[in-house]
Amino acid sequence: MSTPLLEVEDVVAGYRPDLPIVQGITLKVAEAEMVTIIGPNGAGKSTLIKAVAGIVQVSSGRVRLAGAEITRLPTHRLAQAAIAYVPQTANVFTTLTIDENLLVGASTLAKGEARRRMDRSYENFPVLKEYRQKKAKVLSGGQRQMLAVARALLTEPRLLMLDEPSAGLSPLMVSEVFQRLKALVEGGVAILMVEQNAKAALAISHRTYVFAEGRNRIDGPSAALAQDPQVASIYLGAGGRKR
Amino acid sequence: MLQALADGILSGSIIALGAIGLTLTMGILRFANFAHAELVTWGAYMALAVLAVTGTFMGPIAPLSFGIPLILAIVVAAALTSLLALAIDWLVYRPLRRQTNHLTLVFGSFGISLLVRMVILLIFGGAAQYYSTALQIAIPVAPGLRIMPDQLFTLAVTVVIVVALHFFLQKTRLGLAMRALAENPELARVNGIDTRAVVRWTWVIGASLAAVAGVLYGLTIQLRPEIGFHLILPLFAAVILGGVGNVFGAVIGGLVIGLAESLAVLVVPSGYKMAVPFLILLAVLYLRPTGIFAGTVGGVK
Amino acid sequence: MSGFAAYLVFFLIVALTYSIVTMGLNLQWGYTGLFNAGVVGFFAIGAYGTAVLVGPDRAQLIGGFALPFPVAVVGGMALAALAALVVGLATLKLREEYLAIATFGIAISIQLVALNFEALTGGVNGLVGLPRPLFTAFGSPGAYNLFYLAVVASVALLVYVALEVAVRSPWGRVLKAVREDETAARSLGKNPAAIRLQVFVLGCTLMGLAGGLYVGFIGYVSPLDFLPILTFQIWAMLIVGGSGNNLGAIVGAVGVWALWTMSGLGVSRLLPVAYQSQGGAIQVIIIGLLIVLTLLFRPRGLIGEAEAVSRHAR
Repeated sequence: MSTPLLEVEDVVAGYRPDLPIVQGITLKVAEAEMVTIIGPNGAGKSTLIKAVAGIVQVSSGRVRLAGAEITRLPTHRLAQAAIAYVPQTANVFTTLTIDENLLVGASTLAKGEARRRMDRSYENFPVLKEYRQKKAKVLSGGQRQMLAVARALLTEPRLLMLDEPSAGLSPLMVSEVFQRLKALVEGGVAILMVEQNAKAALAISHRTYVFAEGRNRIDGPSAALAQDPQVASIYLGAGGRKR
Repeated sequence: MLQALADGILSGSIIALGAIGLTLTMGILRFANFAHAELVTWGAYMALAVLAVTGTFMGPIAPLSFGIPLILAIVVAAALTSLLALAIDWLVYRPLRRQTNHLTLVFGSFGISLLVRMVILLIFGGAAQYYSTALQIAIPVAPGLRIMPDQLFTLAVTVVIVVALHFFLQKTRLGLAMRALAENPELARVNGIDTRAVVRWTWVIGASLAAVAGVLYGLTIQLRPEIGFHLILPLFAAVILGGVGNVFGAVIGGLVIGLAESLAVLVVPSGYKMAVPFLILLAVLYLRPTGIFAGTVGGVK
Repeated sequence: MSGFAAYLVFFLIVALTYSIVTMGLNLQWGYTGLFNAGVVGFFAIGAYGTAVLVGPDRAQLIGGFALPFPVAVVGGMALAALAALVVGLATLKLREEYLAIATFGIAISIQLVALNFEALTGGVNGLVGLPRPLFTAFGSPGAYNLFYLAVVASVALLVYVALEVAVRSPWGRVLKAVREDETAARSLGKNPAAIRLQVFVLGCTLMGLAGGLYVGFIGYVSPLDFLPILTFQIWAMLIVGGSGNNLGAIVGAVGVWALWTMSGLGVSRLLPVAYQSQGGAIQVIIIGLLIVLTLLFRPRGLIGEAEAVSRHAR
């Protein structure tokens, strides 16, 4: 079996060293695979991807990307290391224009290359092109999500991490965002995302991890987990601590 | 009245230069830096020291009271002030940033402000000093209005710097990175921006502007170790009035504070002049804590 | 009394007066995390307020109420509280830094009023010849000073005990919650802004109390006793003693005041007259270094690594 793209091994992480939220999580994402993380509130889902993105301090355990250790790489270096991350809230710069938002996303690229890739994102996301000189604060929630994804893709990452991309979006918008993500995976990008909407997550992804109390409890092919009664029990909080 | 307006614009433009640096550092480093005004004093005295070393090897450019040596001294003073700012950041603020309570940084800057002021007093003494002993004659511009050529130079420098800084922030990658960092540091890092490098450049820009403000202050008024101490309040008032992190706002804020100080003297005894920025600050905090123009870092929690 | 003993009494009266200011600051910073950059202003308001209320009737001066000393001190405290209220209401709902900036501003403004409002404050000359409480009841200045030391020490002890009781009360336990986790405090049904305002006003009132006691002892007020450096000195006293520790605040006040007095003595003895002003700078640099180095290397204080510190401060 070839080396997985992302390997997370026994990671412990949190905002304060004495209060770890993620308490020993292990997971893998293969190339061009879509993996979702579900679980009750406070299970450590968002904290885990923030730890992989370098925003939250990892106190023990390892993170590897294509076999190379990236555990304590500074956050800005991860963008160069082919990992992109889209936070759940505050995922665009509202005081900057759409164009400037994309330019920031391309800040590790040479100027000409940045411009070429930005033109390509405008083709992929025509709504952004329409507003390119407007401040991002005029965008709706769904348009902001599009901008955030478009921005994250500028570096042509091999792994895209998203924190609840469907949060706060209308059902129509959710299906559009998910269709786009599916297309990305077909194009070869691996996706690791946290999703509150368990049903939608199980329906769209290849594999799913169920977290509870800072650990991964169950994982497997999404289609199989959708039928698993134990998943329902954890997801509904029977095994988890509600906060 | 006319004279008071002109004087207000002049002192306001010096406050504005200091306030631009302070608003940038407050917006990006996210703490109220009590030591920023001391960089103004430091810059003014570094230029004096440079002049003492080089001597006035060339005469003044008429009608100004100074020549190439002072312009050279401004550049060197800006570099030396940037060095001081970077050294303070490295030695004091960087370790303090790791502590959970961010007010510790404010506390640290409070202590540093005292140290810088006293080191200047120790080295240069407390007496007032001047870059040039040559007397400059004020030119009558209009009835009741006399302006010295040095004052016009000060205004011109301020305008050029503000315009250049605007283009820098709008058109360059570093300027864009600074604006991104001011809004959302985490998202900036995720986007591949090396925030430590941007922070260093923020110090260099803020300190250089402070140094220029200091030299212009020394040129049009005089050099004293208390320049910075007397500027702390006007600078903060200008920054908060204009919206923290808003460069354009800091310029307007600086002009408003300068004008208010100078016009207030027409109605109240001049001894109370220094309280004017405080009253404006208090009014802004009560009425519109985000400032007239929205800042990147709002005042309301 | 020998010269040294008399000096020691004098020294302790001033140091313990400052310890009351430091305890007020400790309540604000050590327990609640409020940064007061204008300590000297509230101390000065208490002093000037007391002086105006206690002073005899004089031509060309406002005031001259000739009130009994304790009443005058309470008046001074009330004025300090009022000033704190004005600043606190403007800033305590905003970002924490704004309190620091506004307190710095009010201290500057108070200094300007002290210097310029001659009809009230006597301007640069200050107000002299103020009655000292019970002065005539004592035979000698030495005996009076001993009495006054007992008064200041008792007040300091009273403030200490009251603060220790207060911080252990349910009200005091909320302070830490307000400082460390605003959301948690709110979820407990506490209004953080209201609690901050209470703490800030209370702390400033204590500073005003100390100002009143100071005037009762020296018998005059002069703007020279209320220079901005005093704010830094009080901060040094607090951080050296360990913020969040009331006993440390007292020890820090005595320790830093001793250091200040001795360094002043050293400067005046060792340096030639021409360099005396520079020597003053060295004295202040010591205070600045004390603050910055303690903050960097011993954030819990130099002396106050007691159990009380680790419980309250991080």
